[in-house]
Parts: sequence; C-alpha cells; structure tokens
Amino acid sequence: MSGTLAGGGAAARRRLLDLTFQALALAILFLALAALGALVADVWADGASRLSWDFLTGFPSRRAENAGIWHALTGSIFVILVTGALAVPVGVGAAIYLEEYGTRSLSARIIEINITNLAAVPSIIYGLLGLGLFVRMLGMGRSVLAGASTLALLVLPVVILSTREALRAVPPSIREGSYALGATKWQTIWYQVLPVALPGILTGTILALSRAIGETAPLLTIGALTFVAFAPDSIWSPFTVLPIQIFNWVSRPQAEFQVNAAAGILVLLALLLTMNAAAIWLRDRYQKKLT
Amino acid sequence: MFHLHFRVALVVLLVAVAAACGRGSQPSGEGGGALITLDGSSTVFPIAEAVAEEYGKANPDIRTPTVGISGTGGGFQKFCRGETDISNASRPIRPAEIEACGKAGIEYIELPIAYDGLAIVVNPGNTWATEITVAELKTLWAPEAQGKVTRWNQVRGSWPDREIHLFGAGVDSGTYDYFTEATVGQEGASRGDFTSSEDDNVIVQGVSSDGLALGFLPLAYVEQNRSRLTLVPVDDGKPDNGAGPITPSADTVRGGTYQPLSRPLFVYVSRKAADRPEVQQFVEMFFSRDDLVREVGYIELTPPIYELARKHFADRRVGTAFGEGGSQVGMTLEALLARER
Repeated sequence: MSGTLAGGGAAARRRLLDLTFQALALAILFLALAALGALVADVWADGASRLSWDFLTGFPSRRAENAGIWHALTGSIFVILVTGALAVPVGVGAAIYLEEYGTRSLSARIIEINITNLAAVPSIIYGLLGLGLFVRMLGMGRSVLAGASTLALLVLPVVILSTREALRAVPPSIREGSYALGATKWQTIWYQVLPVALPGILTGTILALSRAIGETAPLLTIGALTFVAFAPDSIWSPFTVLPIQIFNWVSRPQAEFQVNAAAGILVLLALLLTMNAAAIWLRDRYQKKLT
Repeated sequence: MFHLHFRVALVVLLVAVAAACGRGSQPSGEGGGALITLDGSSTVFPIAEAVAEEYGKANPDIRTPTVGISGTGGGFQKFCRGETDISNASRPIRPAEIEACGKAGIEYIELPIAYDGLAIVVNPGNTWATEITVAELKTLWAPEAQGKVTRWNQVRGSWPDREIHLFGAGVDSGTYDYFTEATVGQEGASRGDFTSSEDDNVIVQGVSSDGLALGFLPLAYVEQNRSRLTLVPVDDGKPDNGAGPITPSADTVRGGTYQPLSRPLFVYVSRKAADRPEVQQFVEMFFSRDDLVREVGYIELTPPIYELARKHFADRRVGTAFGEGGSQVGMTLEALLARER
C-alpha cells in the first residue's frame, strides 16, 4: 500500500513538473510576443497618422511634412529582386552539387565547412568585400547592382544551407523509383527531386531575402546614399533603401522626423510581411499540387 | 505541368541576370550623365540635402543631385578617388587627405558654406552651472580626468559636491574631433568614461533626464529642444573676442565671439566638376540660398564671406587655406580665406 502511495506521489510530481514546464514555456512565448506587440503598437501609435498616399509616393525633403519614402521603398524592392535573381540560381546550384553530386569528396567537405562558417560572418565584412570587389575592382560604382551583389553574397550561405535541408528531406524512395524507371541522375534531380524540394527551397530563400531587406551596415559601407530624390530606374542607378532612410530620420533634431521614421518602420514591416506571406502562399500552392 | 512553371521561372531569372550584365560596366553617377554626386559629413548633410532638394525643384529636367553620409573622412576618401563631385566636410582637409588627392590628381576648391556651433548644455534643474571656462572644460574632459574628476566641485570649488555625468558625441564624429581640439587642445584626445552616442538625440534625452548631467551638442539640436536643455555660456579667457562668458547664438557665432566652440562647415568641389555648368549652378545655390542654412538649424556666413567664397569659386582657386590641416581653432574665417595658398 505504501508502495502505491509512493507511486502516486511520483506520478503527481511528474505531472506537476510537466505542467510547470508547460506554463513556463507559455509564459516565455507570451513575453516574446508581448515585447513584439508593444514595439509594433508603439511604432503604430507614433507613425500611423503619417501614413498616406503622399508619404508613400513622395521624395525626401528637409521639411518633415513634405518628405516621402518612394525612393527608399522602390530602392529596397529593386535591390531585393536583383539580390534574389543573383543568389537563388547560384545558391540552389551549389546546394544541388553538394547534396547530389559531390557529397563524398574532400573538396566538397571543405566547401561545406566554409559555407557554414560564412553564414556567421558579420554583415559589415560583406560590406567591405563588396566595396573592394564590386564597387571598385569590377567598376560597378555605387549602384543597385553593387548593393544587390553584396547582399547576394551575404544571403548565399543561408540559401545553400536551407536548399540542402530541403533536398535532404526528399524521400529516397522517389529517387530510387526514378532510377528504377531508367532515368539518369540529372533527370531524377530535375523532374523528381527539385519539384518535391521546391516548397522548402522557397521558404528558405524568402527568409534569407527577408534578412537582407533589413540590412543597413553592408549597404552603407559600399556607399548607398542617403538623399536620392528619384526612384532607381536601372541596375546602374544610385539608390537608397528603407533602413538607411529610417536611420537618417531618427537622427534628425526635429521631432517631426521621428514621426516619419515610425511611419517608415511601418512601411518596412508591411513589406516584410508581404514577402513572408508570399512565401507561405507559394509553399502551400506547390505542396498541394504535389500531393 | 510543374516543370513548365519551373522553366518559365528559370527563364525569367536568366533574362533578369542577362539584363543585369548586358548594359556593360558603366558606373553610374560620375562621368556619364549630368548627375551631381555629394558625400561626406553627416553634420553638413542637412544643408547639402536642402540645397539639392531646391536645385532639383528648380531643374526638373536634370536628375536631382545625390548626397551620401560617409563622414568627413570617408567622404574625402571617395572624393580623392574621383568617385564624387563634391565632398561635404565639417573640418578642413587633412594633410593625409591632401596627399591622397594629390596622388590621384584630384584638385579641389575649398568653399565655406555655414557655421556650426557646439553648445555646452546642462539639465534645466541645474542651478549652479551658469557659466564655464574653457580651462574648466579642459580639466573636465582631458584624458587625465578619467576616473578622477567625477564631482562638480572638482571642476569649480563653489559648485556642489555631487557626481557629474558627462554626455557627448561618439568618437567617430567630426563633432567629437572639434570639441576635443577646442577644449583639450588635441584632436581626438579625451576621457573615455562618458556616455557617447553617434545619435545626438540620445544625448538630448540623457541630459534632459539627468539632473547632474553636462554634455556637448551641435546647436541645431539645442534649438529643437529649448525647453529640455539649459545652455551654459562659455568663457575662453580672451577678452579681445568678447569678454566674459558668451552664450552661443547666431550672432555670437557669426560675430566670432563665441569661441572656441564654433566652426565653419565646408564643401570641397572637384576642379574638374567645376567646369560643368550644372555644377556651377548648383554650387552657386550654396552662396545665394543662405535662408536654407538657417532653416535646417545652422548659422549662415556673413555676406562678405559668401562674396569671397563666390570669388574663389569663380577664379577656380584650388588648394586649402588650412596649410597645417585638421581643425583650426580661434582664427576668423575672413583671415583664413584671405591667406595665400
């Protein structure tokens, strides 16, 4: 009898421990969400009144009430599009090689270690590399292309790593089935493996680009500008991006510019949310198609 | 069905990349088009931005000039590589920079465009610090003061025996360089135990919420926060440029009596760019639109100095009046500009 009592006590203790942990995890989650919520609410309270069509389509100005964000918004979108166009083909190609072809060679293992390390290099280092390589050596100047190339280098490791994860998650049975039907390795990768891995690749890519859109340091290093009163019209155009414009407004002495900064943050958040929503939509679309 | 989508996506990407590479490697900005490019000091930025904005409005068919913020030093680096047309500077060009420009064959015309004053500020609740001398500022900010001069009465015996909390511009800023040169006597030398920020609004925030604070700030930030900060008049101990403590204001800065904490701001125009008509038109606005200087919180030069600067530009007078380079304290702009080079 005493044995059953002791057993009951142990079970109760375990249940209690379980509940405590659950409550703790929930509390931490709420804390994180509350901090995020408070931040967004604060920015919303400061900046929502400034959001208007004129603000979105306006150009920078010394007068806070005339200043708009069109130049920075288009700059950010353009830079991210070119970054994607550069980083995705190279990143996915590298991942396919590492995962499907060169898994066992020594060079592939060395490359692999280097990529993992590169993912942890501070972004300002990429900025310095971009300044030396793209802006000066390759003569791209302080253009959209130079900025996008720098950001492409920055996100490349993340794209490669997430693509490899996605490729690894493809069940071996699919590959084996394809081989059994007489398909070559390339046919297997192109027609079977990539389509299955695509949702994962897309998610990883969009997350990487979402990181790139918030970067300021590398772009400031390569010489992105602060006052640009036109939208970039080619990849050779000078440009600025949202985080740089926001930072400039925050550091102004006039209080009205702080309101502009808050509104700018809201625009940047909206852009980020749109990108993430697009990622989720794309992923769901392809997942449904394949199953 | 799927791989059709995939192929279309791939083709779009390839076209995008091809378009990206197809235009050849012509760097934008410099050379080719009519775009005027400026870079340099964040202090000069608001003035350059205002002039660029007005220039853009007046010339809708030309691309509005672009302005970057690389700091005075970073701006000269780009300028001396021929990457920009005009360099904004909150201090005169330094010997190393003169050398770099010389090696690259970049000649420049040095033009003063406005004054900036550095203000010493305390909390509005501070009743004792009604003036301060430059010698006291040196006692307070010198590198030797670190960890030692920590109470108000160590600066002046009659001040209370309470802790002093120091706030100032970040060590990478031209503001810090100028403040240390003017007070401690050596550019970039000061105690390290003060609250520093590259964002001057942080300093405003700090001083306005701390009753024992003392800090230095560009005048423009004080103008915007009059109710939250108290200005401390500064006595440089030299009666010939205004006796006793002087409160910073447009008049005392322009008149040369608020010394040594006022400084001229410059633009350096590349000699080559100065031959372009659109650059000439743009530079002229720095002289003719002194209302813009006031509007963004700085102090305009006197008409004779603008006239002199205009003449220097018209004559394409290259080189610097600041032979020794770096921040120059206590010399009037007229005297400096008139100096032979």
